[in-house]
Amino acid sequence: MKTVTLTLTNPPELYVEGQNITPDNFAGKKAAEIAALDVWEGKQKSPLGRYFTVEGNGGATAEETKIVLRGDCTRVKRVGQQMTAGEIVIEGNADMYIGGWMKGGKIHVKGNVDSFCGIGMEGGELIVDGNAKSHLGSSPRGEWRGMQGGVIRVAGSVANDTATFINGGTIVIGGDADIHVSTHGEGGTVIIKGNAKGRVGGQMVKGNIYVYGTIENPLPGFQLVDEVEQEVDGETARFAHYIGDLGERHPTSKGKAVYANLYTKL
Amino acid sequence: MSELLIKNGFVFDPLQGIKGDRMDIGVRDGKIVEPGALKNPQTIDAAGTTVMAGGVDIHSHVVGPKVNVGRLFRPEDKLFKSPLKRCSRMEMGFSVPSTFKTGYDYARMGYVFVNEAAMPPLHSPHVHEEIRDTPIIDNAAMPVFGNNWFTLEYLKNNEIENNAAYTAWLLRATRGFGIKVVNPGGSEAWGWGLNCEHIHDPVPYFDIAPAEIVKGLIETNEFLGLPHSVHLHCNNLGNPGNYTDTIESLKLAEGYAPKNDFGREQVLHVTHLQFHAYGGDSWGNFESRAKDVMDYVNAHDNITVDIGQVTLDETTTMTADGPFEHHLRGLNNLKWANVDVELETAAGVVPYIYSPKVKVCTIQWAVGLELGLLAKDPMRTFVSTDHPNAGPFTRYPQVITWLMSRAARDETMKTFKWLERTIDATSIDSIDRELGLYEIAQMTRAGPAKALGVCNTYGGLAPGMDADIAVYSLNPEDMPSDPAEIEKAFARCAWLVKDGIVTVRNGEVIAEPAKRTIWVDVKVPENAQVQRDIYEHFLRHYSVKLDNYSLFEEHLFNPRVIEVDTTQ
Repeated sequence: MKTVTLTLTNPPELYVEGQNITPDNFAGKKAAEIAALDVWEGKQKSPLGRYFTVEGNGGATAEETKIVLRGDCTRVKRVGQQMTAGEIVIEGNADMYIGGWMKGGKIHVKGNVDSFCGIGMEGGELIVDGNAKSHLGSSPRGEWRGMQGGVIRVAGSVANDTATFINGGTIVIGGDADIHVSTHGEGGTVIIKGNAKGRVGGQMVKGNIYVYGTIENPLPGFQLVDEVEQEVDGETARFAHYIGDLGERHPTSKGKAVYANLYTKL
Repeated sequence: MSELLIKNGFVFDPLQGIKGDRMDIGVRDGKIVEPGALKNPQTIDAAGTTVMAGGVDIHSHVVGPKVNVGRLFRPEDKLFKSPLKRCSRMEMGFSVPSTFKTGYDYARMGYVFVNEAAMPPLHSPHVHEEIRDTPIIDNAAMPVFGNNWFTLEYLKNNEIENNAAYTAWLLRATRGFGIKVVNPGGSEAWGWGLNCEHIHDPVPYFDIAPAEIVKGLIETNEFLGLPHSVHLHCNNLGNPGNYTDTIESLKLAEGYAPKNDFGREQVLHVTHLQFHAYGGDSWGNFESRAKDVMDYVNAHDNITVDIGQVTLDETTTMTADGPFEHHLRGLNNLKWANVDVELETAAGVVPYIYSPKVKVCTIQWAVGLELGLLAKDPMRTFVSTDHPNAGPFTRYPQVITWLMSRAARDETMKTFKWLERTIDATSIDSIDRELGLYEIAQMTRAGPAKALGVCNTYGGLAPGMDADIAVYSLNPEDMPSDPAEIEKAFARCAWLVKDGIVTVRNGEVIAEPAKRTIWVDVKVPENAQVQRDIYEHFLRHYSVKLDNYSLFEEHLFNPRVIEVDTTQ
């Protein structure tokens, strides 16, 4: 695997739209060619090299390409958008849409990220050591087919509207979650190791949510059915098992109605 | 004086009966002239290519409030589908493209006239504002009448003359083009949570049935002598077994003859026939009845139809058939919008995915093509996708290719999950017919122009007509063996001349000539009864005042008025 190191030496005044920063776009390119790729700041198009110094060449394919971003990337958006393979490491913070519509590969952000990260994700792995803001692993605006697959891990806390319209994949949140988790969900799993604020699983049709802490305002559409012991994220624990959202339509499978499952740790 | 000579192309002009002759077409000051009359023209070498009049779309939903609802509530329709700026305005969207993309894409396909299929009269200012914002193509818009309280009341009492006076008033108030009827009676019944699935179901509170509405409107239309006929979206759209209702609706035209000065020969245009030609009594035994419906159409000269071809895309359905859209949302559980428009109509919008993996969708695909291929008279059967209901208009090149090539149909059928069941439920596999370029010219320009009553201006290449000319990179003497080449040629025309201005070259828009709004101004004798009825209804039932209802002149963009005088 070959490593391309981008160091932010000339930070943007506005925000950099960095959708070209993916292993797919860097593969097969020399450092100079990578520095010539387009990025946008506001309505102005510039070469990547205007903001970053580029060291190292891309690998032959996306799989063989690793990108390391250094410097304060708080104003850099859309890194790894639509990537299919390879690896990206962001040494500090990053802005919105990191790993959006990601299909494969791995992104590791060592700081915090802003909103819309992992939006429309289909596969791969997005790891955030800090916190994430709103719409983590959510569906794009208007879209009813949200996250399809892959894994998102956020060590810290997340803001609102996590996993809206989730269809598949797994989201693991180490800290707390604000309101609206898995709204309209039709599959997938969300694990919240801290507390959840409320509106957890609203209008959810299918899928699973685990909450280790408390839900400040649980929804009335979820009904306690039993207690279960389950292995979640490598550890076994006992959970109270609720089904819901009973106000929503539910498909039937083999003659039985399918519900979304909400588990809270006992 | 601007002059243009399109040299040596293979010309297809069904209005003049020209079948691929090698000819020159002359243009001077936006009109077609005899090539010999030109003095020093700019020349386009069209040798080895196909020359047709600019395309005419008889039924497409491109402007107005429900189209805009579609645009607003489907941002995902634009995501990653908005090319970078290529023309003077931004383009975006796929199934509900922005107004700018609509105009540019029609032009790239060689179309010049698009008839907006349903204008809610109350919202006509919005319709005209969007017409203004749709570049290049000329637009007309048909106000909907089939569920209008005035119309229902006049027709209940059999007051054709009063209904005619009201129709003339509304066409003027909305700068409309003709009489559109959507699910007659049914969309009004929807205001009470009901529907009229059959043409003899009474409309609640109005004591009239859809059959009487359609007959009354045909009589009104011929009484006035409008350019276009009644334009009907039948009752019971989209349901298994609806072909009997469709044939009953078609029979309503029996005994009526066209009366107009515009060369129109039909009294009833039935739109998106594909949605109305289904057998079976459930989605399980859903089947095609295209042959039954087309046999009737073939045998009756006073009817025209457009096919409403399903293109197997993810699209956005939108129609003034409110109850149908509500029914559809129950089938696919997606987001939906539905509205009632006061005394006039209703509408709904629901996204829909026509998948080659779903049996019903592939049967629908076959039904549309059966209709096109079983048609005996291509001058009465037109290409449409009921944009965007059965698919976006940008798929016309693909629809044309399916009609022209058995190989193209077979290629598509290979992708079907339920191929055998589709073949069993339809006759598509037994049809080998492949339409030629002349028939395509009939179905996409000459026929629709004649049915709309505008064939003195659009749809042909005779001297004196508008210089709207499309040149396609297809050699009729050496047609490509790969159907994909046909599709490519129709998707991006080699040249489009609109009003004598070279608008598209090699599929790229290079000029944006001024577009027009076509509307029909009917002069009728003063009718005190109707004026009083209008005044009373606005006083009692409308949310707007009469003075604020009619379109203000500033909403009307570059009008071309077709005048009809019934007082002579």
